[in-house]
Amino acid sequence: MESSVATPPPSPPPAPAPQKPTKGAVEGSATWQLSDRIGLAICWALGLLFCAIAVAIIVYLLIQGLSYLKPSMLVTPATSGFSQSQTGGFSDALIGTLIVGTMGISIALPVGVGIAVWLVEYGRPAGLARLTESTIEAIAGIPSIVLALFGTVIFSSTALGFLSRTSEGIVFGRSFFAAATMLSLVALPLVVASTREGLNAIPQHVREASYAVGKTKIATVRRILLPTARPQVATGAMLGLGRIIGDTAIILVLLGATQNFAPVGNTFPLNYLRGAGTTLTNFVYEASPTGNLNQPQKAYAAAFVLLLMVLALNAAVDIVHRRARKVGTWSS
Amino acid sequence: MEFIASVPEFDRQAGGVSADVSSPPPIRRLPLEDTPAASQVAPPASTSTSGDGGSRSSGFTAAKRSIAAPQFSIRRMEIDNVSVSYADREAVKSVSIPVRQGEVLALIGPSGCGKTTLLRSLNRLTELTRTATLSGRILLDDVDIRLIEPTLLRRRVTMVFQQPNPFPMSVFDNIAYVLREQGSRRQRKKALEPKVHSALERAGLFEEVKDNLDHPALRLSGGQQQRLCIARALAAEPEVLLLDEPCSALDPQSTQVIEDLIVKLRDDVAVVIVTHNLQQAYRIADHVAFMYLGELVEYSSATALFNSPREQRTKEYVSGAFG
Repeated sequence: MESSVATPPPSPPPAPAPQKPTKGAVEGSATWQLSDRIGLAICWALGLLFCAIAVAIIVYLLIQGLSYLKPSMLVTPATSGFSQSQTGGFSDALIGTLIVGTMGISIALPVGVGIAVWLVEYGRPAGLARLTESTIEAIAGIPSIVLALFGTVIFSSTALGFLSRTSEGIVFGRSFFAAATMLSLVALPLVVASTREGLNAIPQHVREASYAVGKTKIATVRRILLPTARPQVATGAMLGLGRIIGDTAIILVLLGATQNFAPVGNTFPLNYLRGAGTTLTNFVYEASPTGNLNQPQKAYAAAFVLLLMVLALNAAVDIVHRRARKVGTWSS
Repeated sequence: MEFIASVPEFDRQAGGVSADVSSPPPIRRLPLEDTPAASQVAPPASTSTSGDGGSRSSGFTAAKRSIAAPQFSIRRMEIDNVSVSYADREAVKSVSIPVRQGEVLALIGPSGCGKTTLLRSLNRLTELTRTATLSGRILLDDVDIRLIEPTLLRRRVTMVFQQPNPFPMSVFDNIAYVLREQGSRRQRKKALEPKVHSALERAGLFEEVKDNLDHPALRLSGGQQQRLCIARALAAEPEVLLLDEPCSALDPQSTQVIEDLIVKLRDDVAVVIVTHNLQQAYRIADHVAFMYLGELVEYSSATALFNSPREQRTKEYVSGAFG
């Protein structure tokens, strides 16, 4: 027994098997357990289902919207009338959406970026930083209708009366100022999260490289870190903007949900911003069969415009990221 | 003890290894000026074990000193009895070394021996670590660096890091960033151009990038990126240049280009380089400090330290007994 082990018959070295050309290194699922293969199939099915849902929404609104949307609707304000042909378009709602979007994000962006920079680059005292983090997360979780309700309390106070219509000492509390301020809270968590992600992705040695040529922390943040994180900041801003223009609850409660602008005073543009108004989401809500106007065709037309705006934002995010990739990044 | 005893004698390593196959082959071997024959008989199989990031193709036995004797030396910095601790752990223990312009000083030692910490304390970058505390004195031109404003100090003592880390902007702006005031964008491109060009020239990069100064710096090759980082460090016109393993992420060709550059720079600026690569230290350093577990074990001229180390631990380390 031992001797046979000790002297194995000399065998020629096996000839190397001819290498089959392989196409990539993709592992086939043929060898998987049945349960895993079922799981994979379900994932595939769900993925396809979501694609189908998205395509269905877009195609349906595209057909409906294009068949009902007339260019004149974009430039004529809503008027009262008995048939859909007499009630005008939704230009006030469209402009309203642009106004709340611009105002909301111009509050949320600087505040959000500031918070993110402080959290990532300074973060002292640690307790306050943790508290801020949880607060932002809490705000992200609050339903916008609750924010709206809270907004009415704040903006109906006498101290903030100058921001909305006031008559006989009663503050109306509904204006573009009020709506945009509360809407900025909806966008804020997205801006903060995205900016933090961008800053955290920058290796520590890049910061040190800036300090090591005698730059201060604030100069490093302004000239190196924020420009590097710009794609993520832009992403956060656009996602936030998407949330703002898509919100209905705050508009209903804090913008007055009138069908037209209701300016207060004579100083342009403050009179419009202090007054009530409407946005596309609100117009869709009112024009839908359950709303007061019941003009489903115009609801589709307005929804189509809203959808286009959101899709344009998504495309913009994509472009920003593609551009950023051209600049390159550090080898790890 | 047995292990140490089995390590071949330093000045006969080639013969020792081939004769005693049971002992582990030395990882790195050093050229010996007094035994030219040894390098010729070194078997090729054993030289292959010396493959180390920055070593030249033919292995360690081919390593030559690429640095001539210094023309002059001016004492710029003085590390005086410096200890650095992170919380309770002492990373650097009472180290004293001079840093001179006209010379290249290499800090060598195994990982975690405190050489990078010591380097970072020279421009007060250790202060960015909250738990770090420093005792002892570091003098820059006879002034305690604790009395110098950190941003000012870091312009006089600049640093290049292990990973090439150009800023994500154009080649030109990388240098211009250093030249401009804190955070300012003022000063026209035209006004900065001569200084940017001269910094790139000093780092030996200008010829390669002069037509592409507007290209993103992160699109350069790794070696070019690292030379850009050196150019950036030189743009501040420092007195001392700190290099933290500048070649460890680079290929041998880029390494050689940077080593040649370091040798050229030593007359303008005091150079301190941390390296894991003993051959590199031998090739380009005038003085070498060997650190082990936070202590300075030996400080002497490169030829003396590698060829006739005074301390047993130095002897073992440079012969590859541990690393």
